[in-house]
Amino acid sequence: MSNLIEIRWHGRGGQGAKTASLLLADAAFNTGKYIQGFPEYGPERMGAPITAYNRISDTPITVHSNIYEPDYVVVVDDTLLECVDVTAGLKSTGAIIVNTTKDNDELKQLLKGYSGEIYKIDARKISMETLGKYFPNTPMLAAVVKVSGIMSDEAFLEDMVGSFKHKFAKKPEVIDGNMKALEMALKEVTKV
Amino acid sequence: MGIRERLSGNEAAAIAMKQINPDVVAAFPITPSTEIPQYFSSFVSNGQVDTEFVAVESEHSAMSACIGAEAAGARAMTATSANGLSLMWEMIYIASSLRLPIVMSLVNRAVSGPLNIHNDHSDAMGVRDAGWIMLFSENNQEAYDNLLMAHRIAENKDVLLPLMVCQDGFITSHSIENIELLEDDKVKAFVGKYKPEHYLLNDKEPIAVGPLDVQSYLFEHKAQQAEAMKNAKKVILEVSKEFEELTGRKYEFFEKYKMEDSELVIVCMNSTAGTAKAAIDELRAQGIKAGLLKIRMFRPFPAEEVAESLKNAKAIAVLDKADSLNGAGGALFEDVVSGMYVSNIHVPTVNYVYGIGGRDTTVNEIKQVYTDLAKIAETGNIGDPYRYLGLRRK
Repeated sequence: MSNLIEIRWHGRGGQGAKTASLLLADAAFNTGKYIQGFPEYGPERMGAPITAYNRISDTPITVHSNIYEPDYVVVVDDTLLECVDVTAGLKSTGAIIVNTTKDNDELKQLLKGYSGEIYKIDARKISMETLGKYFPNTPMLAAVVKVSGIMSDEAFLEDMVGSFKHKFAKKPEVIDGNMKALEMALKEVTKV
Repeated sequence: MGIRERLSGNEAAAIAMKQINPDVVAAFPITPSTEIPQYFSSFVSNGQVDTEFVAVESEHSAMSACIGAEAAGARAMTATSANGLSLMWEMIYIASSLRLPIVMSLVNRAVSGPLNIHNDHSDAMGVRDAGWIMLFSENNQEAYDNLLMAHRIAENKDVLLPLMVCQDGFITSHSIENIELLEDDKVKAFVGKYKPEHYLLNDKEPIAVGPLDVQSYLFEHKAQQAEAMKNAKKVILEVSKEFEELTGRKYEFFEKYKMEDSELVIVCMNSTAGTAKAAIDELRAQGIKAGLLKIRMFRPFPAEEVAESLKNAKAIAVLDKADSLNGAGGALFEDVVSGMYVSNIHVPTVNYVYGIGGRDTTVNEIKQVYTDLAKIAETGNIGDPYRYLGLRRK
């Protein structure tokens, strides 16, 4: 199980954290991996904190529980940093990726001395520039692929074109924007 | 070779139904099984199946429509969860006593109240004596495979009983995982055509279905149902063997994981079995002889075979994902221990009620059960046999 990568997503209802976890599972599946992608369903409301998970492995996965000691945490909305313990159980050998415009010191302070790697990205800016609307999940998906190194940028982008063509079969006009958002996010995610 | 895919448990069930292409599907939506009729109705709209989809106004009507269809001579399927199954309850017994091989996908969820939409097995346990064959599934693959085998088992003339395929709500129904699908033509050939012997739409043989059954007959008819349930064991093995030849995937009454030399054994059903396997792998690396007996066929219950498989254990824990609230123990526990007692096998055995209302069950919790079992094996002291796993005490 040493090749197992576990990822926990924190977002707010409506921001697409669940969809992002399913897209990541899809992309990893297409590179030949064993995958799990599942949300933790609570009382779902727009804006309420939600959690979603991924397991990605070279060997079959049998565990069916939530993830308590993730390798990576993705925070889709930085207002969650004040109300959710996002680094709970996060391995110090892992990393956290936050969608934020906060400066490095403030971010570190909010992460309460987490000793692993911290990455940040301005997913709002990327989303507004490429899609004209705020859909943070697309940039965050690219950011976690980049940081975790689950697959190469090229393999990821190639796979996502296919996924978006399928997902947006009825509105193909948004495919280009989403691809641009992924490309920008791969470049703009930075280590704090 | 099959088709490599990634699907949720609900998608897997819906695709199995698409490939089976039954004559009638009647269903009413209820979380967490809603997606099954939702996906299936799109297959109907897209012309991918030629099923008559009956969008009924309640689960009672869903089961009634399946009964009517099956009695008429059609192959009928449905899907439901929790309170949906509760509302079917009256008709669940009618289906089995009329010997109608209806197939249901049951996505297990806690029966209210208080209201809870998450997973446990209280819905399935409520119908455990209703005369349905009940197969449990660890993951999406098993939910799919069990459905593909379901009609072959249920429609066998020595059986003729309805069958439900269970999987854990949300935990597997809403989790995307790898799966290997069979090609459509192979499923079609394996499942075959439904050829009922007696049915209402046969104008050559007018029959009555469901008339009054008085004191002089009901007892005998119930005994015939019981006999059919016993016959199902042989048929389940035969169909599973044929399925293994087709797919390479082996199914029996239960799966034995690391049982050859195991001293400490957990017995459980559905998705927790997968979590237990991960715990066992960790414990085996430390030299602890932990094993798992995962029940696939809960009805009929393989009492003798379970007992035989457990006879060399030093301590056993039976995990029940439903509390029978009887002050004595859960349903699976009682079946396992009575099976062992009748076979004159006496191994210290305890019961853990766990995972109620979607409470998550972790690898560490399962490892704790094995730690408890090691102590029981060492001291011979069972303590309280009726325990909880994962219950908050403060």
